[in-house]
Amino acid sequence: MIAGLTRGERQLAIAILIVLTVFGLAMAGAGQSRPLGIHGFVVIAFSLALVIVVLSGYFAPEPDAERLTRYYDDPSKVGILLAMVWVVFGLFIGDWVAWLMAYPEATFDAAWASFGRLRPVHTTAVIFGFGGNALIATSFHVMQRTCRARMPDQFSPWFVLFGYNLFCILAVSGYFIGITQSKEYAEPEWYADIWLVIVWVTYFVLYLRTLARRSEPHIYVANWYYLAFILVVAVLHIINNLAVPVSLAHAKSYSAFSGVQDAMTQWWYGHNAVAFFLTAGFLGMLYYYLPKRAERPIFSYRLSIISFWGITFLYMWAGSHHLHYTALPQWVQTLGMTFSVMLLVPSWSSAGNALLTLNGAWQKVRDDATLRFMMVAAVFYGLSTFEGSFMAIRPVNALSHYTDWTVGHVHAGALGWVAFITFGSIYAVVPTLWKRERMYSARLVEVHFWLALAGTVIYVFAMWNSGIIQGLMWRTYNESGTLAYSFVDSLVAMHPYYIARAFGGLLFLIGAVVGFYNIWMTVRPVPEAPRSTALDGPAAADVPLAGE
Amino acid sequence: MFGLHYKLERHTIPFVLAIVLVSGIGGFVEIAPLFTIDETVEDVPDMRVYTPLELAGRNIYIREGCYACHSQMIRTLRDEVERYGPYSLAVESKYDHPMLWGSKRTGPDLARVGGKYSDDWHVAHLNDPRSVIPQSVMPAYAWLGRNRLTIDDLGLHLVALRRVGVPYTDAMIANATADAYGQANPDSEQVDGVVERYGDATTVRAFDGQPGAVTEMDAVVAYLQILGKLTDAAHKQQALGEQAP
Repeated sequence: MIAGLTRGERQLAIAILIVLTVFGLAMAGAGQSRPLGIHGFVVIAFSLALVIVVLSGYFAPEPDAERLTRYYDDPSKVGILLAMVWVVFGLFIGDWVAWLMAYPEATFDAAWASFGRLRPVHTTAVIFGFGGNALIATSFHVMQRTCRARMPDQFSPWFVLFGYNLFCILAVSGYFIGITQSKEYAEPEWYADIWLVIVWVTYFVLYLRTLARRSEPHIYVANWYYLAFILVVAVLHIINNLAVPVSLAHAKSYSAFSGVQDAMTQWWYGHNAVAFFLTAGFLGMLYYYLPKRAERPIFSYRLSIISFWGITFLYMWAGSHHLHYTALPQWVQTLGMTFSVMLLVPSWSSAGNALLTLNGAWQKVRDDATLRFMMVAAVFYGLSTFEGSFMAIRPVNALSHYTDWTVGHVHAGALGWVAFITFGSIYAVVPTLWKRERMYSARLVEVHFWLALAGTVIYVFAMWNSGIIQGLMWRTYNESGTLAYSFVDSLVAMHPYYIARAFGGLLFLIGAVVGFYNIWMTVRPVPEAPRSTALDGPAAADVPLAGE
Repeated sequence: MFGLHYKLERHTIPFVLAIVLVSGIGGFVEIAPLFTIDETVEDVPDMRVYTPLELAGRNIYIREGCYACHSQMIRTLRDEVERYGPYSLAVESKYDHPMLWGSKRTGPDLARVGGKYSDDWHVAHLNDPRSVIPQSVMPAYAWLGRNRLTIDDLGLHLVALRRVGVPYTDAMIANATADAYGQANPDSEQVDGVVERYGDATTVRAFDGQPGAVTEMDAVVAYLQILGKLTDAAHKQQALGEQAP
């Protein structure tokens, strides 16, 4: 991958890594033995490791100009492999903490291994590590194809990809050593947040520059979603993370907002992390890979427009449904509930548009597990957005809030929708990217599909049961008009469901490991053979139009 | 409308601006007024700030991720009020940067846990939750009692909080370290200062049962014991409600 970079790009990479190392040294010096100092060493190790990678290929001959007639896919390849590493790690941690719920003694008397620190490790690794890398990798792939244009330069995609992974590593390693802001899905501290802003702006500019080079007059739907994902996440991230650090030598900071304003800001961010990270970006994937794989055009252009602008407008109002019956003023709660219910329209428009696109291709859904991953993703998207709108209704929320029902709902979306569409897209794109005829084993894709589906269904049913039982036990009165159950009673009732949930999660994890193995066997360098020329046909078409 | 869109989607910058505009409305309408409408947060003159020791305990509570399983927000529902106490008011988290309302109750709500159990109970519970609640699934936090609390930089913490709007006085900032020590050492000479600066109702005890060194256990227990006790506004409001016909 270094061989594909020009000498100038290699020098730029080393220069930036040296600057990063200097920042790492400054953090280590200022932070000393405090957590910030440890993070300084993480930054140094990360930068030096990449310096070694670049130097190892530094004296390779420069690539020829012929590369400019092809798409630049190396960052997508690395991004997909990183996403798979993160998903196995994140699911492993997730299943570990799931077992801790049933058997709480397994923490070795070590701070880093307790539930409270591992939980954000799990959420960050799967949402940002897996989801984020998959989004970056696929967006690079999709934007070039749909623009019919090569990326404007070869350095910025690497900066985005590795810069983003440095952010994820700082986040996850920080939780282990006790660095967290406590803001849900925005736990990393101020310096990591600032770094992400730099990376994200580069990402946005790269996207705009590629769009500017496009040979297609229209911007394709998938790019609308990727654009909304990049833009809105930037706005959310900056506002939600406004904070004053204790000092430049401390990792700790204090949020600019407090109490009720902070609660509203956090859930405005939190729910739109769901909307623009976990929905918009992945709809971008769906709008490209599903019609490609099914070899059918998108069912309705107009539905695409309605659902895109519906999601972009309505989601931003919905965050306050996380704060029903709290000290948040009721008018905001009511707005949140109202818009959450309305959200069903664009959500189902997208899900319906995806499923109707499959009309005429259902025999492929039956035979091809990759396409089936995407189909099931659309179904779970429809189901979990319906459930979400339902749970946002105040009286329903009175029962569901604070219980495992919320956890079940999140995982119906995160596993059934986000992970399924990602695995489907990855299985679709891996053979194209690595110029292989097909995945190493179609049967293993099938195995992964059924393990993932079984795991998701078991997980979600377990959490529906436990959540509703919890909610009901907390509000049950006996005949004398006092509360019938103590909190501990409800906790004891959860035990079997916690075991079922951990088992479902285990199946999902095994599925991901199978997927990882299958992908690795597909892409590993094959020593024998220049591959058959049979590929030249379709592959020859996969090039940018010679523009400008 | 679709014709207009057909044109819009050919131009990157107008499309980007449209996304920013359309997505910006909701957040603006819901969040900005919360800073300007006076009734959003009740006006309670006796609301006190956290002492340095309690603040340090709160930071450990954040560090360990306690908020992932314990909420601090009692909703306006009958069963919650009967189980946990008067529903939470906005003013009670006015000085919470960030707020810790939480979103999940794997364990019970802690908004009013202050004073509900003894210090000894909390220490035993944090060291080994199942020694006091056999069915508990909470992890043990035995290292809290072994770790010395870092108190030398607490003044900087108060300065940062004052920047974001918490009314710490110069005297509180200057004496932060001494106050943290004094609050956990009832026989020390620093005690008078703590009470003078934070009020007579401030609890001064060897929270971990051992005077002398200030441990993280001291800080966490001090924090847990102040939860729900920074103001009695919620209890007053409840009493008012009960008087009404």
